Amino acid sequence: MSENTNMIKKAGITFSEEQGQLLEIAESFSRDKAPIATVRNLIESETGFDKDVWTEMVNLGWLGIAIPEEFGGSGLSVAEVVTIVEPMGRMLLATPLVSTTLAAQLLLDAGTTAQKQDLLPRMAGGAIAALAMHEEHGDWDISHVTCTGVISGDTVTLSGIKRLVTDAKVADTILATISIAGIPSLVAIDSGSIDSAALQRETVIDETRRSYRINLDGISVPATNIFDAEKTAAALKRYHLLFCLLLSAEACGGTAGAMDITLNYLNTRRTFDRFIGSYQSLKHTMVDILTDLEAARSFLYYAAGVIDTDEGEAAVRMAKAQSSDNFAYAGDRAIQFHGGFGFTYECDAQLFRRRAFWTANQSGDAIYHRKRLATLLLD
Amino acid sequence: MSETLPCIEAFKKEVNQWVTKNKPAPPTFLMPQSFMEVGTDEQFEYLREWQEKVYNAGYLGMSWPTEYGGGGMPEIYQDVVNKELVAQNTPFMVNTLGLNWAGPLILNMGSDEQKKAYIKKILSTEEIWCQGFSEPDYGSDLGNAQLKAERDGSEFVLNGSKIWTTLATQAQRMILLARTNTNTESKYDGLTFFLAPMNVDGIEAQPIKKLTGEHGFCQTFFNDARISEDCIIGKEGGGWLVAMKTLMFERGAEGGQAGGHTSMPVTVEEVAELSKRVYRDGKPANQDPMVRDELVKLLMRGKAMSLNGARSKIPALISERPTSIAMSVKMLATELSKSIGDQATSLQGSNSLYFVGDDYAVDGGRWQRTYFQAFSGTIGGGTTQIQKNIIGERVLGLPKK
Repeated sequence: MSENTNMIKKAGITFSEEQGQLLEIAESFSRDKAPIATVRNLIESETGFDKDVWTEMVNLGWLGIAIPEEFGGSGLSVAEVVTIVEPMGRMLLATPLVSTTLAAQLLLDAGTTAQKQDLLPRMAGGAIAALAMHEEHGDWDISHVTCTGVISGDTVTLSGIKRLVTDAKVADTILATISIAGIPSLVAIDSGSIDSAALQRETVIDETRRSYRINLDGISVPATNIFDAEKTAAALKRYHLLFCLLLSAEACGGTAGAMDITLNYLNTRRTFDRFIGSYQSLKHTMVDILTDLEAARSFLYYAAGVIDTDEGEAAVRMAKAQSSDNFAYAGDRAIQFHGGFGFTYECDAQLFRRRAFWTANQSGDAIYHRKRLATLLLD
Repeated sequence: MSETLPCIEAFKKEVNQWVTKNKPAPPTFLMPQSFMEVGTDEQFEYLREWQEKVYNAGYLGMSWPTEYGGGGMPEIYQDVVNKELVAQNTPFMVNTLGLNWAGPLILNMGSDEQKKAYIKKILSTEEIWCQGFSEPDYGSDLGNAQLKAERDGSEFVLNGSKIWTTLATQAQRMILLARTNTNTESKYDGLTFFLAPMNVDGIEAQPIKKLTGEHGFCQTFFNDARISEDCIIGKEGGGWLVAMKTLMFERGAEGGQAGGHTSMPVTVEEVAELSKRVYRDGKPANQDPMVRDELVKLLMRGKAMSLNGARSKIPALISERPTSIAMSVKMLATELSKSIGDQATSLQGSNSLYFVGDDYAVDGGRWQRTYFQAFSGTIGGGTTQIQKNIIGERVLGLPKK
């Protein structure tokens, strides 16, 4: 947590003045920039996001929030980024903000001095970073790495295939996990060193996202691009928690977004001379979704405040477990409660349900996190 | 109380020492978890003596006005006491209804005579209070209360019955919602709120045996019982307003309670602890993978409740639906209690088949009783299903019809 003034601390939840301001700005920004028609148009676009909107976000300083001032950022923390990601999630506003933020944190935690000086100011200035963590096995464990790097002299030669690399095509830098002599390592790959044939677009469940497969075979990068080996394991562990935190923020926003469209429908659609929202089977379900969302948001903002403390891991895993299940349920009921219309592509409910799969099934679903919570809480 | 207020740190120390020295020895019977569970004279007397002792020490009603028997101090001192009473696991205050609902109501809306007559006795346990709201045919639908109060000169004649009148056999006073006029356009305008005496001819409380097999609730019958018009609080015909105010105090939506804790709730942490001393396949149950997942879900529900409380005090994080958390607390907390009882009972393996009263019952049968008793919360004060209607309509804006 940064040294903010006017911190509100209420038995476990810390909320800074900066968070409050950012939340308010990000809410109106997301509403302005991502009405659902825009989201639909972007689904048809090549990159999946609007470059002008990205530039505005950069100009607002959002890419440098959690980057120290010495590297061109504003020296706050990922807790402040949470307040941006949540409203963006609500409007399904998809940008490389999360991946770029996480890449910067990896650099701060395990990058060499030269890497930090080179890359962090660029990222704060809007250079997009993508993360290549997923592989064929589909295991959420990011230390399960089969792609390899072989060091020879000043260069490291990579091989293997990375999957599900979001926004790889527009990225300036790609951070990849590779195994060097059997040890999970991190390497920064300049996008210029990736041949366009090595980059293949994938069809993914969330159509607002752009994802690519990268064939690393034959790519060589300077050995100085390898992160500090001694700090990498800890950095990857923290990365996992940070990613979970931001996914939870996105899921909380998405749950609220799914609720928005469903509540609107329940208040306008009539059957048998009644608004369908007056039927208790629907009304009570919406209340369940609401109370689950309240719980998830409490976990989220609690976790945002304590992520770098002893409570951090349990807090983040609770946020991720709760928000993943909530969003899935809110999206599922959104489709169902729209009736026949819900079965069509035209109905927006499917967009939220797809996004719910996207956020829940990265970095571990609810069961995955509850299993780890059991170790933390019960042993 | 002295003119100058003691410093908080010194006061904390003083309270800590007093409670350590004076807290009662653990009882030989299974303790009730709230005033709604008090079923025997033995339990009642044990709890009553404790409340009296706390009041006499100056640790109850500390922020209520001195002229009515309170301490006239800032609320923070009572908070210190409350925390210490909970921390040392002392018994709850048995006159809960007087301290938390009737007392604040009288201080808020009562006449000076009423305040003088009732407030001190609420604190000292000289008068125990019960509540006459629900009726057998109308459940929690208070607006439909039918118990008749017919004016006869300066008196009212009461006929009908009230149900779920907790502690009615012990109580000297009842907050009573009755129908004084059956010909009003709106059903709400015919209601009047009374601070009624119980020791009157024609009022009879009959204990009801609960689903736990214990006594606790009563049904109270009124047959031509006469009470004075001085018992009215608020206006004749203005009872609905007073009842709504009472519910605000009951639900904790409005402050001004006398203090002292009012229940000894079971916690999710206790279930986690229990899982270490009960068995599955030769090992403590907390090592069973499926049990672990269920326990984590339960722990998360408990944690979410406390974090919701913390978040509800940060305006920027509840601005969109400011009443959402507050309005769902009762529903979530009572449903959680029931799940705690359910899960903790099943954890015990074949020992879960015992019940309160058997020497071999795990923890005296506390968990089994917790489950059944929890229905008082999920049903009383508006069922979970009614709560969902209310939240759906008032928080989410969904249509009634």
